[in-house]
Amino acid sequence: MTSRPIKPWWQAGPFAAVFLLFFIIPLALVVMVSFWDFNEYELLPGFTLKSYLSVFEGCSHLTETGDLCVTLSTYLSTLKFCLLVWGITLVLGFTVAYFLAFHVRSAGLQTALFILCTIPFWTSNVIRMISWVPMLGRNGVVNGALMGLGLVDQPVEWLLFSSFSVVLAFVHLYTMFMIVPIFNSMMRIDRSLLEAASDAGASAWQTLWAVIVPLCKSGILIGSIFVVTIVMGDFVTIGTMGGQQIASVGKIIQVQTSYLQFPLAAANAVVLLVTVLMIIWGLTRVVDIRKEL
Amino acid sequence: MQTREGRAPGFWPLAIVFGLFVAFMYGPMFVIFLLSFQGPEGGLTFPMRGFSLHWFRSLAAGLGTVDIGAAFLRSLMLGLVVMALTVLLSVPAGLAFRKKLRGGNALFYVTVASLVMPSIVVSLGIGLQFRLIDTGMKWLLGAVGAQDLLDNYGTALGLFSSALGAHLTWTLPFGLLTMFAVFNRFNPAYEEAARDLGATPWQGFVHVVLPLIAPPVIGVGMFGFTLSWDEIARTSQAIGDVNTLPLELQGLTSTVTTPAIYALGTVTTVVSFLVIGLAFGLGLLLRRRSRTVSP
Repeated sequence: MTSRPIKPWWQAGPFAAVFLLFFIIPLALVVMVSFWDFNEYELLPGFTLKSYLSVFEGCSHLTETGDLCVTLSTYLSTLKFCLLVWGITLVLGFTVAYFLAFHVRSAGLQTALFILCTIPFWTSNVIRMISWVPMLGRNGVVNGALMGLGLVDQPVEWLLFSSFSVVLAFVHLYTMFMIVPIFNSMMRIDRSLLEAASDAGASAWQTLWAVIVPLCKSGILIGSIFVVTIVMGDFVTIGTMGGQQIASVGKIIQVQTSYLQFPLAAANAVVLLVTVLMIIWGLTRVVDIRKEL
Repeated sequence: MQTREGRAPGFWPLAIVFGLFVAFMYGPMFVIFLLSFQGPEGGLTFPMRGFSLHWFRSLAAGLGTVDIGAAFLRSLMLGLVVMALTVLLSVPAGLAFRKKLRGGNALFYVTVASLVMPSIVVSLGIGLQFRLIDTGMKWLLGAVGAQDLLDNYGTALGLFSSALGAHLTWTLPFGLLTMFAVFNRFNPAYEEAARDLGATPWQGFVHVVLPLIAPPVIGVGMFGFTLSWDEIARTSQAIGDVNTLPLELQGLTSTVTTPAIYALGTVTTVVSFLVIGLAFGLGLLLRRRSRTVSP
């Protein structure tokens, strides 16, 4: 054997080692520990389905009050946020990217407006979250404006620390993750295709649906995967903006780790992982990512 | 329907949506920037009661028990190390993918998987890994009878071990994907010319390839820094006893109820703008230099 095939691995080796050490092994450990047992102060190696049973405890039937078990209702609430945020960021991100890609004609202005959109992304997420507090609070800017205009008599209470503020913060934080990949795929569309569509008598809407949207599929998919995985695993945004009142899958895992219940947290992480992978798999059924790249 | 010079249908409604989006992105930030200059009697909301640097001074004096200065330095150090490692690891990896790399496909999929993995899962995994390392180390030290070492042993979790690793699983995929984009557009004729003139692979890289790809490489480093500077979810379970600035900030959001927290927000924002401004300036400088060198 010659030494040729080895050489590139000298270059990629350190990079690969990081992922082996800090990604592959930790994930394997999560799966392994999810089958372990534990007591108050230590982990007990072994094989038991106890953690999984406890994750799904009571999920085979409705409770006496007609509610779902904790795990299912938490997942449903997280999925609800996921769907809402995905829908809003997709429509908003697509519209902004469409405007930048097809309606702004000068390349210089296009770059300038694009950078304008990315600047808030440089500010800390926590800062961007708490910046909604003076906007939405009881005596906040929005309530002040509403009362000043005489639209409401007393401050609107559901603006802050509610599902509304959680969704708003997600949209504020992560619409960029939609804009960037969609804008990228829009910029790669051959402009003569649009002229051809218009020559063939297509209206602007028909061009949008029949030409632009199909050609942006990969961008839409990449953006969607980002938004879905971020919202599904989130505990910071839902915690801070929900006033620590709204349960989420990520929050459960975080609380269980803080009580050192690692096998429980690991079992929850495995369930979360499987759920997210199923969503991504479903998305890639719609779009073949490898063909699009 | 319309003349060539006229705006396409839908321009103005779309322009209005875009304008509202920009206002939505900047509005809240501007509000806390303004409120951080609140007078000493002012609170977390409008109206402003005077205009002062009071809350910046109270920030400098410290916020309760939390040492913000130390957290700031920790985040800065970590961010710089992450930045350097992101560049030093993703550029060679990008080069390796241009050749025949056995197992390259698998490495690519692992990288993408790391990018789309929910952060809490990665964080939990790394935290768990280092706790098991701790258990193993303690057992080992006990078994060899090194009682002194055992008594002093704290934890392997730390800023430059577990937290650094957690950050790299987030920044390296962005680095590699950027390098892919760079090398897709890279013209290999330059390298061939260098080789024909007798340059060694190393000389070819340093004198030909590197100057050409310098601006995006700086971009990778800058992106690595900002991702690390802001990271919470991946650090949360993988940091150990000390905290980074975003983690301290997150804790402060529930305990500090004065505009000092907005002053802190303004300061951290200014820092990231400075870093990005510096990187941009450097990138422009390099681009200008490479333009004057090449005909």
